[in-house]
Amino acid sequence: MSLWQYANPVKFLALSERVQPVLWALAAVFVSVGLLWGFFGTPDDARQGSTVKIIYLHVPAALMAINAWFMMLVASLIWLIRRHHVSALAAKAAAPVGLVMTLIALVTGAIWGQPMWGTWWAWDPRLTSFLILFLFYLGYIALWQAVEDPDTAADLTSVLCLVGSVFAVLSRYAVQFWNQGLHQGTSIPVATGNRSVADVFFYPLVLAMIGFGLLFLALVVYRTGTEIRLRRTAALRARMNRGA
Amino acid sequence: MKALLLRDLRLALRAGGGFGLGLAFFLTVTMLVPFSVGPEATLLKAIAPGVLWLGALLACLLSLDRLLALDLEDGSLELLLTAPLPLEGALAIKALAHWLTTGLPLVLAAPFLGVMLQLAAPGHLWLLASLALGTPALSVIGMFGAALTVGIKRGGLLLSLLVLPLYIPTLIFGAEVARRGSAGLDASTPLLMLAGLTLAVVALMPFAAAAVLRMGLR
Repeated sequence: MSLWQYANPVKFLALSERVQPVLWALAAVFVSVGLLWGFFGTPDDARQGSTVKIIYLHVPAALMAINAWFMMLVASLIWLIRRHHVSALAAKAAAPVGLVMTLIALVTGAIWGQPMWGTWWAWDPRLTSFLILFLFYLGYIALWQAVEDPDTAADLTSVLCLVGSVFAVLSRYAVQFWNQGLHQGTSIPVATGNRSVADVFFYPLVLAMIGFGLLFLALVVYRTGTEIRLRRTAALRARMNRGA
Repeated sequence: MKALLLRDLRLALRAGGGFGLGLAFFLTVTMLVPFSVGPEATLLKAIAPGVLWLGALLACLLSLDRLLALDLEDGSLELLLTAPLPLEGALAIKALAHWLTTGLPLVLAAPFLGVMLQLAAPGHLWLLASLALGTPALSVIGMFGAALTVGIKRGGLLLSLLVLPLYIPTLIFGAEVARRGSAGLDASTPLLMLAGLTLAVVALMPFAAAAVLRMGLR
């Protein structure tokens, strides 16, 4: 038994069929409990009032926007090294999800920034980095769509993902050098444990974060299954055309 | 390698288009700026370093799709793939030729355009230095983008979408040097960052470009 047996599309599909209901159910429970508890079960913040509640959408979406790119990076590496098709398709499937998460983080950030900072948008390092990440997602997806041969597309997008990751990190530090910002630093530093979010806000936030993670997982598994089936239909169609 | 360099230089000089076009584009963009923001000297002086960097970057971007596409058309790219010369070296040489015919003229023209945009006197040297250090990075990163999209029909727009985000760090440090320089501040920190970035990119990107070119043309 090893993890690599699920590189076989048949085994992967069989597993995904079994796992998916559980994933969807757990994601629904965590997201809805986290959001409902956050929206209705927590008091208003002393200074920010009820606008603080957008945090339950903003932070989990931002977290998954970065983690989705990271997952694509790992999947791309697996494709380049071990050439498992499922891995390449998983990276392809994750990109639009990551793009949407980035967009949610940007939009909720703008809506939150308007009452708090008095502006929809500022050229702050964190905001700018997310905009750059958004561009990287767009380029990655566009490249997948532009290349016709699926294996070549997987190769090229994988290398783009690797190079893009390096440049994304570079841009992050360059942007920090370029402008100091309005956005606060991380509120929940895992390493030190000195979090600046009070417990009442923290627990629903953690639930929402876990929920978004599960939701991402469920979406990626589902979309990867769709990609595998698309690939199969294309192969079948090609065989039929050759037979006719 | 020398033969390849000379061939690319000759093609760029004699076949027309590539050499003067980037320069003309740079001039045109610079000329359009006062039309769009107004002719006030103080405003132009403030935005001159950034505008000149952006113009140079766009002029560089404009010539990228010719970088490998012409060689693919006449078949010389396949010859390069099978040649005894490592593809990484060949692409590095081609990027060098691109820089000599596109980047270097832009660097040399920038101070003149700087005068037109009322760039402050101490800024000229810094602008020249930052462009001279930064444009090679634009050429090699562009080579990666061109290799990535060479097999794609009508890949020009896609090339811009892929390459422009990769240009962000270079642009930030380069324009920062020019801005601090023209404001009379110390610009050595961003200049060193820019130099480090360019060196790293020149050393690594030919390998990435060769890898994607082999994948794309397989």
